[in-house]
Amino acid sequence: MIETTSTSALVINLTYVLAAALFIFGLKFLGHPSTARKGNMLSAVGMLLAIVVTLFDKNIISFEWIAIAIIAGTIVGFFAARLVAMTAMPELVSLLNGIGGLASVFVAWSTLEAGTYLSGFVMLVTFLALLIGAVTFSGSLVAWAKLSERISGRAVTFKGQVTFNLLLVTTIVFCGYLFVASPEFSPSFSIVLYTLMGLALLFGIMLVLPIGGADMPVVISLLNSYSGLAACAAGFALQNNILIVAGSLVGASGIILTSIMCKAMNRSLSNVLFSGFMPVVESNMVIEGEVKPLSADDAYYVLEAAQSVVVIPGYGMAVAQAQHAMKELQVLLEENGAEVAYAIHPVAGRMPGHMNVLLAEADVSYEQLFEMEEINKRIENFDVALVIGANDVVNPAAREMKGSPIYGMPVINADLAKNVFVLKRGMASGFAGVDNPLFFKPNCRMIFGDAKETLGVMIRQFSD
Amino acid sequence: MEAVYLLFILLLSIFVGFELIQKVPATLHTPLMSGANAISGITLVGALALAGDDSLGKYAGMLGAFAVFLATINVVGGYLVTDRMLAMFKKKR
Repeated sequence: MIETTSTSALVINLTYVLAAALFIFGLKFLGHPSTARKGNMLSAVGMLLAIVVTLFDKNIISFEWIAIAIIAGTIVGFFAARLVAMTAMPELVSLLNGIGGLASVFVAWSTLEAGTYLSGFVMLVTFLALLIGAVTFSGSLVAWAKLSERISGRAVTFKGQVTFNLLLVTTIVFCGYLFVASPEFSPSFSIVLYTLMGLALLFGIMLVLPIGGADMPVVISLLNSYSGLAACAAGFALQNNILIVAGSLVGASGIILTSIMCKAMNRSLSNVLFSGFMPVVESNMVIEGEVKPLSADDAYYVLEAAQSVVVIPGYGMAVAQAQHAMKELQVLLEENGAEVAYAIHPVAGRMPGHMNVLLAEADVSYEQLFEMEEINKRIENFDVALVIGANDVVNPAAREMKGSPIYGMPVINADLAKNVFVLKRGMASGFAGVDNPLFFKPNCRMIFGDAKETLGVMIRQFSD
Repeated sequence: MEAVYLLFILLLSIFVGFELIQKVPATLHTPLMSGANAISGITLVGALALAGDDSLGKYAGMLGAFAVFLATINVVGGYLVTDRMLAMFKKKR
């Protein structure tokens, strides 16, 4: 544990203050794409300073294991960051969340095994670090498995799940009481410790299992927040202020993202977390009109005449890997004199900002990416709205059909554009299981098929 | 008193966090998350003190060393992948 009496301890703590300042400036610079990279660099410098100066702590005397662990971790981290495909970013982020949580678990566990006397307060925060860390770890693994489709992305529920979870929480609270109340490290205590860790891991799994694929942005943000809070709790256990500062910055960031995601779906956090248990809302709305399919070749003639096009991507674009084809089409449209804008809904995709990263990878300028509110103000002026693999986020039922399960959710008003082309594989409804009246509107045409191939046909038409 | 002082730090940094993150545009939400991930690797600092202190016992040292390994993945992987993403965010030429 870090002391604060000697000179070296003073230097260490002063450096921590500097590191904290660098983290804060780093986050501040993340406020704009042009300075964001510098911000990340500053934050990394802060981290490096904090790590290096910690090694001068006079209590740290053996370095072999530290060296091995740091080298091994660096290799794993380096290759993970280099080799991951941009499309697999949601999976990587959730894995990193989980690893952060697990690191806090091991810090807390090690603190307990160190065998020094721990006060009631320290036991309480150690308990929290173990609990939050373990929940983050197992929850993130489930989220990762869902995102990479190793298990079904749908909400997984079974009979008696609610009762089971309530029982689980009660047992965890009881174990927590035993844990905090018995600070002496005795054999019976290790039983409590292991039981607690096992239950916390199980709880993390139970928390994420009933959450469906389209709600993943919320889950990832929440787990991101938890990984910070676990670090924060570990900071309390070690009485280390830099852990508390950095951990709470991350915790706050995750909480804000979670609330942005929930607002964008017009749902409360508890509704997202527990809606898997609720009966499916049966909608008996009758949508009048007919679906009018269109071939990609015919769509080309409209696109060729268009002065302005707004592209609305969704998870389907990520699945079809259509971002590069879209960029190609964008260039052709612009050469043809049309203005091209992209409208990004906050929950489009599987994590916050998912679409932005994919489009950035395809070299689309961030100045052409607009948020929902900005584009809705002027959507009537667009000649064509090109919806690629998005469904619920452009559903006008959210605006005009009271009683629809998604009524009240803020959506991109694609239906108000002069023409709407929806690139879609089939007529299946979106994740919310709600019919989309957009497809039946008189100004809407459906272009069925793989989005990448459809865009390819349009590109060929332009080139001819 | 120590606990109260630490709670003060917690309170203030949560407020700073809220103020800062609210200004991050939606475009950068993914790099924000992976960058935050890297910052949460700060557990490394705590883990180092546990892994390198022989007076705490061998078992505690091994657990600490494993925590160092995990947190290093977070720090290195988090910062590098964030940088890789941010390098892609470009203005129109």
